[in-house]
Amino acid sequence: MSENNGNLLTVNDLRTYFQTEDGVVKAVDGISFELKKGETLGIVGESGSGKSVSNLSVMRLIPEPPGKIVSGDILFDGIDVRRLSDEEVRNIRGKRIAMIFQDPMTSLNPFLKISTQLMEVTQIHLGHSREQAYDHALEMLRKVNIPAPEKRIDGYPHEFSGGMRQRVMIAMALSCEPELLIADEPTTALDVTIQAQILELIKGLRTELGTSVILITHDLGVVAGMTDKIIVMYAGKIFESAPTKELFAKPANPYTKGLLKSVPDPAHEHGEPLYQIPGLPPDVANLPPGCPFAERCDRAEEICEREFPPFVQINENHHSLCHFAKEVHASSGGE
Amino acid sequence: MLKFILKRLLIIVPMALLVVTVTWVLIRVAPGNFYSTERSLPPAIEENIKKKYGLDQPWYIQYGTMMGNILRLDFGDSLKYQGQSVNEIIARHFPYSAILGLLAYLLALGIGLFAGIVAALKQNSAFDYGSMAAAMLGLSVPNFVLGPLLVLLFSLYLYWLPPARWGGPLYLIMPVVTLAAIYAAYIARLTRAGMLEVMRSDYIRTARAKGLKESKVLLKHALRGGIIPVVSFTGPALASLLAGTVVVEKVFAIPGLGNIFIQSVLNRDEPLILGIVAFLSILIMVANLIVDISYGFLDPRIRYE
Repeated sequence: MSENNGNLLTVNDLRTYFQTEDGVVKAVDGISFELKKGETLGIVGESGSGKSVSNLSVMRLIPEPPGKIVSGDILFDGIDVRRLSDEEVRNIRGKRIAMIFQDPMTSLNPFLKISTQLMEVTQIHLGHSREQAYDHALEMLRKVNIPAPEKRIDGYPHEFSGGMRQRVMIAMALSCEPELLIADEPTTALDVTIQAQILELIKGLRTELGTSVILITHDLGVVAGMTDKIIVMYAGKIFESAPTKELFAKPANPYTKGLLKSVPDPAHEHGEPLYQIPGLPPDVANLPPGCPFAERCDRAEEICEREFPPFVQINENHHSLCHFAKEVHASSGGE
Repeated sequence: MLKFILKRLLIIVPMALLVVTVTWVLIRVAPGNFYSTERSLPPAIEENIKKKYGLDQPWYIQYGTMMGNILRLDFGDSLKYQGQSVNEIIARHFPYSAILGLLAYLLALGIGLFAGIVAALKQNSAFDYGSMAAAMLGLSVPNFVLGPLLVLLFSLYLYWLPPARWGGPLYLIMPVVTLAAIYAAYIARLTRAGMLEVMRSDYIRTARAKGLKESKVLLKHALRGGIIPVVSFTGPALASLLAGTVVVEKVFAIPGLGNIFIQSVLNRDEPLILGIVAFLSILIMVANLIVDISYGFLDPRIRYE
């Protein structure tokens, strides 16, 4: 405990690259973050910003080849994940770190019964017998509010709706009471009312089990009410990291400000077009030398194109990757 | 499920009759007949033959009689093999083809699945390239070339295996290999493609994220989805293997159904042709039905009504 300062997960300068025909794609390029026990971290960014890859790296689930963790440290509860043997990693996966994926329609095996898929987790990790595992699976389904679980447990995924499948995924992920739950866009494929239910469910179970959570999303609205701190990713890099409240109140990066402006505001006047950040995410195989966001940035100056921006510390917990971080920070909040 | 099977079994009857009808028309449309030789027969004798076999009747009477016989599953006697019923001939020769076909089927499945799965798991490895090159070769070398080549090598040069005919297990090796080669190649390629597709899917990532061993991920989670394309191929494959493959039986002088079939066509032995055609068409339809039923066991999303 003492040597990790209460950190459950420490990621230091992680780089995960993919070898493709167009060259090396630096999907994750030098990111660092820490997660304390019981904390919830939000990772936000557009598609292709590297949020999923960084978390798959933590679980060592990067398909290799073409992918490879090139450098960096991943310390989980003091264990150097990169140094573990395959078997040791397997003992962590699903037991101490569990993951929920984006698309519940395709993330469950269509050929196997729900019960089988739930049972195998506790059978491997907790040494359950079939009967124990079955009872445990039932209990987990009850916990995630599947109605009439005795009847549904022997069904197949196609007999469940999208929201129900995501509940099953959550039940599966939490079967062994993991210390860390990584939820990779858990609500993206679901409609809005179901989204709220699923988020409530994760929130409730987190409190009940004391699980740390990493919530990956491209929707700032989702992380706002759930997380303690937020990392904003862009082009494989961390653009801003700050406690949730501070990030929403006083963002110090033009990209974060853009994202915040893009969140639909129900109180917004009717008929006005929704704000969007101009342009497209950059091609991470061919990044320019300067700031990767420069050509989409409304605050960009000549230096942004030329020089890679520094990671500026605003205060103890607030950092921003921008040449003008301090100015942006100072100017925000009043809006 | 039961209703589905029953329905499919019932459909076999009209389908088989249709196939027989088309065959009958084709035989009648083709010039020549079973008694024609290079010398033309005296008209009186021809009259007699026609009378004896009912060929002097109008075509619809002949067709009706034929259909009536078939519905009673009585195909009559062969015209060429005097005194032998078509049913007897099929019963005598089919076992050769069936044994040969079944063994070839099992061999092809074994080799094909193994090679395909390993190639998919070790994609771009030496095994992958090697087995897929071999599969390409297996697909492109026709069995009338492969058979004689094997005979040349193993019988004429090495004296290891008997070159032809039906005998002990040793006699079976070369025909079975010749027969299985193309199917094994096809199954290997289908398996590889199917497995590669499945191994990339989200639910395999989920299985890995659960901490399952790679062998378990493969056998419990990936295999079922991966071999579905193979299953749809193996139905028709089984049927055509069981039905006897003409070429291989010819090359190795095996008295199977395929050999007899060719002979019956050359002889214009109408009852025998129709009998074999009916038998084979039923066999193929039953094999396809078995495949469709096995889909249901493999993939729970498929429901029959």
